[in-house]
Amino acid sequence: MENKLALRVDDLDNVATVFANGITAGTEIDVRDKKGNTERITVLADIPYGHKIAVTDISAGSHIMKYGESIGEAEYDIRRGDYVHVHNMKALRGRGDLE
Amino acid sequence: MAYTFQGYRRPDGKIGARNLVAVIPSVICANDVGQAICRQVQGTIGYFHHQGCCQLPLDLKRVTDTLSNLGQSANVGAALIVSLGCEGTDHERIVEEIRATGKPVDIIRIQELGGTSRAIQAGIDAAQRMVQEISGLQRETADISELTMSIKCGASDTTSGMASNCVIGYVADKLVDLGATVIFGETTEFLGGEHILARRAVGGETGPVGQCIYRIVDEMEKRAMAIGEDMRGGQPTPGNIAGGLSSIEEKSLGAIVKSGHRPIQGVLEYCDRADGKKGLWIKDSPGREPEILTGMAATGAQVMMFSTGRGAPQGFPSMPVIKICGNPNTYERMQHDMDLNAGRIITGEKTIEEVGEEAFALLLEVLNGRMTKNEALGYYGSMDIFCLGPVI
Repeated sequence: MENKLALRVDDLDNVATVFANGITAGTEIDVRDKKGNTERITVLADIPYGHKIAVTDISAGSHIMKYGESIGEAEYDIRRGDYVHVHNMKALRGRGDLE
Repeated sequence: MAYTFQGYRRPDGKIGARNLVAVIPSVICANDVGQAICRQVQGTIGYFHHQGCCQLPLDLKRVTDTLSNLGQSANVGAALIVSLGCEGTDHERIVEEIRATGKPVDIIRIQELGGTSRAIQAGIDAAQRMVQEISGLQRETADISELTMSIKCGASDTTSGMASNCVIGYVADKLVDLGATVIFGETTEFLGGEHILARRAVGGETGPVGQCIYRIVDEMEKRAMAIGEDMRGGQPTPGNIAGGLSSIEEKSLGAIVKSGHRPIQGVLEYCDRADGKKGLWIKDSPGREPEILTGMAATGAQVMMFSTGRGAPQGFPSMPVIKICGNPNTYERMQHDMDLNAGRIITGEKTIEEVGEEAFALLLEVLNGRMTKNEALGYYGSMDIFCLGPVI
């Protein structure tokens, strides 16, 4: 029986990484932190294996945090349980298009 | 505990994990002759790059330096240079520098010999002679501190930063503590994590090494941005994005995990060798496999430990590449390409330390002569040299 599990690397992170197959909208998933504490979150969208889920509400323009560091910026308001990827967050580095 | 491995002692004192005759075209135009020689003569490998002519002098020097360093590297027991005759690289310097290490070296010149078929015949004769000359060499015991291990991640996904790179970081720390040399690169994949690396530099973030880390990242980012595009799609790659990596920053933060936790001693340029350097070093290099694997082998690394999540199968002609796979699904699908399953960390079956010790044990076996999966499959043909200027 596969655990429906997502891992949150750092306490500062507002996303966790889903390591389970078949995660669809409405599924419940356990988000585990480094210390082994888990919290159950209801998933709001289909999320592929290895992709990210928001563990808090994130407002547009805020940093997306993983490994305790910024990995980019939310382009839209993101709700806890939402799928976080290139469709709703942008990179802030290597942006020759913004020069 | 002391660790040793069995390797081939070279006349200049270096120790190799393989005993190969390298066929080295000094220019892309000599590749076909070199390939014909390699097809015929057992125990040879070829460096079939695409450079060496109609480039700026700075790049021609890089190509010459890199080919010379590959020939001098300890896994190479003898070298045959294949020159066309009119190339821009300094093929005579390549011969002289390899000869200075004391190993057998020879050169054939295609135009001078009267063309392709005659050059192939002369090259086969020379390569056959060298293979016979070095093939009787016996392995001898070497201390692990004589090892230079290079590290790299490719075809990454989000498991890389949470499993396979952690395993390589564990091995890197252990090797540094044992007095060995560890080299990591992929400057592009420092973007967003450079402050973490700079703080780990000897002398701190504001010291010369820390400042150098900021400088090489800035230069790499500016080169990428000069075209006026968003890097995303090139870095991270479409495969990275399909694997869940959303930005270069996310990819970088996962990538730098493989460097472990030890202080960073300094930054090597792409053409620098690591002779006499101990501890953890950075090699300023791009992320793409053919160019960085070449840079690492030319540095003098006898082996590479390579982390992947999506499943990168390729190796390098003269440097065994050990594939550590972070994604348990990929390992299941690509077991014939992946040397170790670090996906067991993701599934909770093993700890980083447990898989790290397995990786270390496998490393010793590979140094002793056990073939990696890519070596056994002969999947090591693609390589190239990282140049800065245009083809002109």
